[in-house]
Amino acid sequence: MMVPLNPSAKPTSQRRIAEGDTVVVYERHDAMRAVAVRAGGVLQNRFGVFRHDDWLGRPFGCKVYSTGGGGGGGRGGGKAGAGFVHLLAPTPELWTLVLSHRTQILYIADISLVVAYLELVPGCVVFESGTGSGSLTTSLARAVAPHGRVCTFDFHEQRATSAREDFERNGLSSLITVAVRDIQSEGFPEEQRGAADAVFLDLPQPWLAIPSAGITLKQDGVLCSFSPCIEQVQRACEAMRSCFTDIRTFEILLRTYEVREGALKGATDNEECNAGPLPQKRRRLLPPAKTLDGIQNSSSVMVRPCSTAKGHTGYLTFARLRVHGS
Amino acid sequence: MQDAADGHVQNETRDNRSLVDNNTAQNLSSDDIEAMKRDGASGDTIVEALIANSSTFGKKTVFSQEKYKLKKQKKYAPKVLLRRPSTRSICETYFKKSPARIGFMRVDALSLLLSMANVGPYSDVLVVDMVGGLVVGAVAERLGGTGYVCSTYLGSSPSSIDIIRMYNLSSDMTSRIVQAPLGDLCSLQNSFNASSVLKDSIQAEGPEPNTVPVENTEPSIPQPVDTTVSDEKVQSSEIQPTNIDISEPTMDEQINQDDNSSLDCKGNDGSSIASKSLRAGKAPSPERMKYWNEHGFSSLIVAAPGHEVESFVADLLPLLSYSAPFAIYHQYLQPLAACMHSLQVSKTAIGLQISEPWLREYQVLPSRTHPHMQMNAFGGYILSGIRIHNGDACNGIQ
Repeated sequence: MMVPLNPSAKPTSQRRIAEGDTVVVYERHDAMRAVAVRAGGVLQNRFGVFRHDDWLGRPFGCKVYSTGGGGGGGRGGGKAGAGFVHLLAPTPELWTLVLSHRTQILYIADISLVVAYLELVPGCVVFESGTGSGSLTTSLARAVAPHGRVCTFDFHEQRATSAREDFERNGLSSLITVAVRDIQSEGFPEEQRGAADAVFLDLPQPWLAIPSAGITLKQDGVLCSFSPCIEQVQRACEAMRSCFTDIRTFEILLRTYEVREGALKGATDNEECNAGPLPQKRRRLLPPAKTLDGIQNSSSVMVRPCSTAKGHTGYLTFARLRVHGS
Repeated sequence: MQDAADGHVQNETRDNRSLVDNNTAQNLSSDDIEAMKRDGASGDTIVEALIANSSTFGKKTVFSQEKYKLKKQKKYAPKVLLRRPSTRSICETYFKKSPARIGFMRVDALSLLLSMANVGPYSDVLVVDMVGGLVVGAVAERLGGTGYVCSTYLGSSPSSIDIIRMYNLSSDMTSRIVQAPLGDLCSLQNSFNASSVLKDSIQAEGPEPNTVPVENTEPSIPQPVDTTVSDEKVQSSEIQPTNIDISEPTMDEQINQDDNSSLDCKGNDGSSIASKSLRAGKAPSPERMKYWNEHGFSSLIVAAPGHEVESFVADLLPLLSYSAPFAIYHQYLQPLAACMHSLQVSKTAIGLQISEPWLREYQVLPSRTHPHMQMNAFGGYILSGIRIHNGDACNGIQ
């Protein structure tokens, strides 16, 4: 269960992996996948064959070894040359990294800003369109749980069905309602007038849905529109000006850093330095002060930005529904 | 005004070739304006008069006419808007007015901390808050009266969490904020033997020295915590029978809190909401402490922007449940790099990443869309990761 709906459902050190649980199998920070644990189940990856039966009864966060057959020594080369992985309890953040992409998705930086700027707290009602792959939806559900509600709409029937299945599997169906509806042409359901604390739009032509979003929001409710292109933002902002205020557009990106222990050559030192800042991808992490040749290389922890990064995801425009009579 | 501007966007022919900055464009003197003010002229009237008496206004482009009006309006007819406080507005305000007080934590960094630490209902979030209570308040808001935020500290006196007053938390939400010294949390741990760093630092540190430069813009309120903590401890250990299987607050705990409410209730603005008594930061009950010792905290957030965090985190991580995420904030990169490296070596955490959010705001206007000319260039660094179970008992090989 990704979002606990009662105190006993939260993952603790006492919780053990049981049949039917979803675990996130962690190979590396960029190689994870979600697996539903079942008796007799088998996971095969480049580190070998892993039997689900070996996982049952283990705590979340544990390290499990393959039963052999790992390709090329596997990671870390644990016991008997077998590879290993870690089994993690799923969270909305991990889910974003493992879900199957049916559309372009929102990632953690945009998601966290959306949740904060929509001022979502437990009990809120939030409307979303489109559902897409359900990345943001899962975080919205956590923010409004246990008594709030996420109503999400997608005009793609199959996508809506897949999303519904995902939410069901992650124990979120009591928080999320998925409906098939073209919000751009039909708007949000009329009977939901004034029901939403917040509305999130990720649509190709958001300006078409903005009047309906205004009707669906409570007074002082917050609207967010996510668009990759500035032309979309421009038209959306024009549509917002009539009944929204505090219209603000942001772009958020994350710069990540890599850390490595090593020593730089001295200005006079021409010898080969074994731990220079060479682009070695996964350098063995030596405990400090264990340099070769006994040369007193003052080894230190160095940090620099990673060379690759997302350059653009989308623009986030937030606006607040004007209070009547102001 | 807006529509007029839009209409002229395509066929604006004016430009600034004839504008000369010789300070003669405005025919009204400051004395004239003062006189208008004395006669009770409204701000809007003054702005209109300024426009009427500006010899260059008509020659400006519609864009710069609009800008001129806005600028004068800001000066002579300021408007204020009242808003409900929220994490977003509180963080934005502190970041603007006294960023040092909150360790230069920008709202996007705070939002990331909350996401990365998986803060949601029923979480038991362990927090080190040396940013005045900004993080504790934000977590309490997300918990919505469920779970707990346990604010822990080194030394004998807790760091101030005054800022939580700004959140307008309901008494339900406030009652979910507890404070406990790190030593107390760790001493319950069976594995509390290696952490010599902690013992040393507890003895050495004494009352928390605030190394972050503090701009004391706020009237500081007396901290009721010191006395209550000890009172509460005595009281609760007397009243509450030791109940091992406790999972959520019992009636006893509720009663206890009610008993104590007279001690630390300060009803910040008396008249408005009587129920909103402030009783944040009580000591957790022994049962609660025991529960956390056995089950671990759901996640950890550290915001100690003036502290070395490596040894801190080494002591805090064992308090988390396995697979619990954590997020460490810092205004400097080096302490996080050192911390990340030692976590890599000790193999106590995976998914380690240092990230720095970058936030840019845009002006979106017809034909005038561009990023803001001034932006904030730095909102803090975050080290995130997941605690793992590092006993080797999980070997799947028979």
